[in-house]
Amino acid sequence: MTNALTSIAVATNVVIEVMPHPEGYVYPNEATLQPLWSVLIVLYPYVTGLVAGAFIMASLVRVFNVKALEPVYRLSLLTAFAFLLCAPLPLLFHLGHPERCYEVMMTPHLTSPMAIFGFVYAWYLMAVLLLELWFDYRRDFVVWSESTAGFRGILYRLFTVGVTDESDESVELDHKIGHILSVVGIPSAFLLHGYVGFIFGSVKANPWWGNVLMPIIFIMSAMVSGIALCVFNYMVLSWIRRRTVDMKCLDVMGMYLFYALVVDAAIEALDWIHRIYSAEEGFQVMQYMAREKLFYTLSLGQVTCGTLMPLILLGVLQLVRRRVPDLQRRRMYFSSAMLILTGVLAMRWNVVIGGQLFSKSLRGVMSYKMEFTGLEGWLMGAVLLCLPFVVLTILVKLFLSEQLPASGHVPHREPATPALRPAQG
Amino acid sequence: MKRQLSRRSILGSITAAVAGVLAAPAARAAKAVVQKLLVTADASKNYDPAKHKWVMAIDANRCIGCGFCAEACKKENHVPEGPYFRTWVERYIIRKPEAGSGTARGETVVDCPNGGITGYPPAPWPKEEIQHSFFVPKLCNLCKHSPCTQVCPVGATFDAPDGAVLIDPKYCIGCGFCIQACPYGCRFFSPVTKTAEKCTLCYHRITRGLKPACVEVCPTQARIFGDLKNAGPEDPIQQFYQNNLVVALKPHLGTEPRLFYAGIDKEVR
Repeated sequence: MTNALTSIAVATNVVIEVMPHPEGYVYPNEATLQPLWSVLIVLYPYVTGLVAGAFIMASLVRVFNVKALEPVYRLSLLTAFAFLLCAPLPLLFHLGHPERCYEVMMTPHLTSPMAIFGFVYAWYLMAVLLLELWFDYRRDFVVWSESTAGFRGILYRLFTVGVTDESDESVELDHKIGHILSVVGIPSAFLLHGYVGFIFGSVKANPWWGNVLMPIIFIMSAMVSGIALCVFNYMVLSWIRRRTVDMKCLDVMGMYLFYALVVDAAIEALDWIHRIYSAEEGFQVMQYMAREKLFYTLSLGQVTCGTLMPLILLGVLQLVRRRVPDLQRRRMYFSSAMLILTGVLAMRWNVVIGGQLFSKSLRGVMSYKMEFTGLEGWLMGAVLLCLPFVVLTILVKLFLSEQLPASGHVPHREPATPALRPAQG
Repeated sequence: MKRQLSRRSILGSITAAVAGVLAAPAARAAKAVVQKLLVTADASKNYDPAKHKWVMAIDANRCIGCGFCAEACKKENHVPEGPYFRTWVERYIIRKPEAGSGTARGETVVDCPNGGITGYPPAPWPKEEIQHSFFVPKLCNLCKHSPCTQVCPVGATFDAPDGAVLIDPKYCIGCGFCIQACPYGCRFFSPVTKTAEKCTLCYHRITRGLKPACVEVCPTQARIFGDLKNAGPEDPIQQFYQNNLVVALKPHLGTEPRLFYAGIDKEVR
C-alpha cells in the first residue's frame, strides 16, 4: 500500500507525506513537517495588501481628483470590499482554536501587534469602506430600487436603508461625506497593511523578519499589487463585456503602477543593501536561503518576474507610449499586472515561508514541500485565493451591472448630472 | 463657564483621590482572585505565587548528556511524541583547527537527535581531532522581558508573579505568534491540544513543594532549581551564583533571561 502510494506520489508529484529534512542543526521543536505559519499566512498579507492597494487606487480619483481613472473608480472600491471580506478567512482557518477568535476582540492584549488586527479590520470595513460605498451608491440605490423589479429591486430598496432623498443638497452631502471618508481611508489603508508588516517586523527573534523597514515594504508592495489587481480586473471585465478599454485610463493606471513599483523596488533594494552591508548575525544563513532555498521564488519570482520585467515593460511605455499601438500597449499592461501580482505573491511567500525555513539557532535550514490537500495545502490556498474573485463577481453583477440604468455618478466633487431614468410605464 | 473653586469641590477632589489610592490594592487583590479563578495553571489551591520567585540554572560542566531530563519531562507533562520538547539536551563538538590554518578552532557541529532522549551517534571525528565537546540542556529561558508574552493577542500566555511563564490552554487561540517570537525555540504547537505549549517548570509540581521532573531525575545535578525569595546562602541556587561566572543566551535581544548557564561556549545559541 505504502509503495503504491509512493509510486503515485512520485509519478504525479502530488505529495502525500514528506518527512522533515533539516540540514545542519535546527532546534528540535523546529523540525516539524511544515512551517508553523504556512500557505494560509502567505495569503493573508497578500489579500490584505490587495485591499489596501485597490482602495488607494480609488482614492486617487476621489481625493486627488485624477479624472482619467473614473472608469475604474467603482470597480476599485468593489475590489477592495470583496477582498476585505475574505481577508480574515486564511487567518481564521489557520488558528488552532478558531472558535476562540472572538477573544482577540473581547480581551485584546494591547502589547500584541496581532491583537489590534480585529479593531483595525473592523474600523476599515465598517467605518471606511462600507460607509464610503454606501454614500457613493446611495442615490443609485434609490434610482435602481424604483426601476428594478423582483428580488434585486427589494435588495436595492434594503440598501437605501429608507433614505430616499434625491435632492441636490442630499447628493451634495453624500459627496462631502464620501470625500471625508476617502481622506480618512488613505491613512486607514496604510494602517491596515503597515500593521500587517509590523506583525512580521516586530519579531526580533527572527532576523529575516525583525526589520524596521518591514511595514513600509508591505505598504508599498500592497499599493503595487492593488493597482495591478485593478488593471487586471478592469481589463478582464472589459473583455468579458466586450467593451473597449479606455486607453487613457489604462495609461494613467500604468503610470501610477510604474511609479509605485519604482518606490517599492527602491525600498526593497535598500533593505537588501543594508542587510548585505551590515552582515549581522545570521547573515550567512540568510545568504544561503536566498541562493538555495528561495532561489525560484526570490530571484526568479520576486525579483525577475515581479519587479525587473514589469519595470522594463512599464518603463518603456512611460518613454514611448505614443509609438506603441493600442493592442500592444494593452498586452504590455496586462502582462505587467499579471507579473506583478505573481511577484508580490512570491514576495509574501519569501517573507512568511522564508522566515521559517531557517532555524533560530542560525545553524541549519528546513525544507518545505506543500501538500496538495489538507488545510494548509495547494487546494485550500487556491480556493481562498479564488474566493475574493467570486465575491467580486457577485458584487459587480449587483452594483456594476450593465442592465441597470447608467449612473450619473461622478466620484469627485462636481455637481452631479441627473441619473438617466428609464421611461416610465 | 469658568469653574468656581469652593471648599466643597476641593474636599470632593481630595476624597476622590484618596479613595482612588485606597482602591488600588483592592483592585489588585480582586485581579489576583479573578486570575486564580479563571486561569488554568495546575497550581495547588493553597499556593500563593506572590511568595515565590522560581528560577533554574544550568551547570553545563556537570551535564553528561544522558537525556533523562528530556525523557522525564516528556512523561511527566504528557508531551506529544515527535518533534515536540519542553526541554532537550544539545551536544556541541568543536574540532581542533587544521595545522597551519591560522584559526583558533575548527568546525562546530551541534546535534540533538530526539531531544537527546535516545542518546547520540558517535562523534564525526576521532577523539584526537576534537578540541571541546559538551552538552547543553535547554528549556524556557524565563525571560524578564519575554517576547512570547508580549505578542500573545489575547494574553493567554503570561508572566506569573512567581517567575514562571505560563500558558492558559483554555484561552490560547493557537495562532502561533508566541512560538515565532521565542528566540530560543522553546515553544511548540501541540498537535493534541492545538495550542502553544512550553516548559512550565512543572508548575503542578513546584506549587506542591516538589522539584521539576527534569531536576528530580538529573543524576549529576547539572540542573539547579530554587526559589530566590526563600533561598538562604547555603541553598544550591545561591551557591551556583556564588561559585560560577554565568552567561545568558542571546543577550543582544534584550530579553534578559533569568535562566543562567555556567560552563558553556560562545558557540551556544
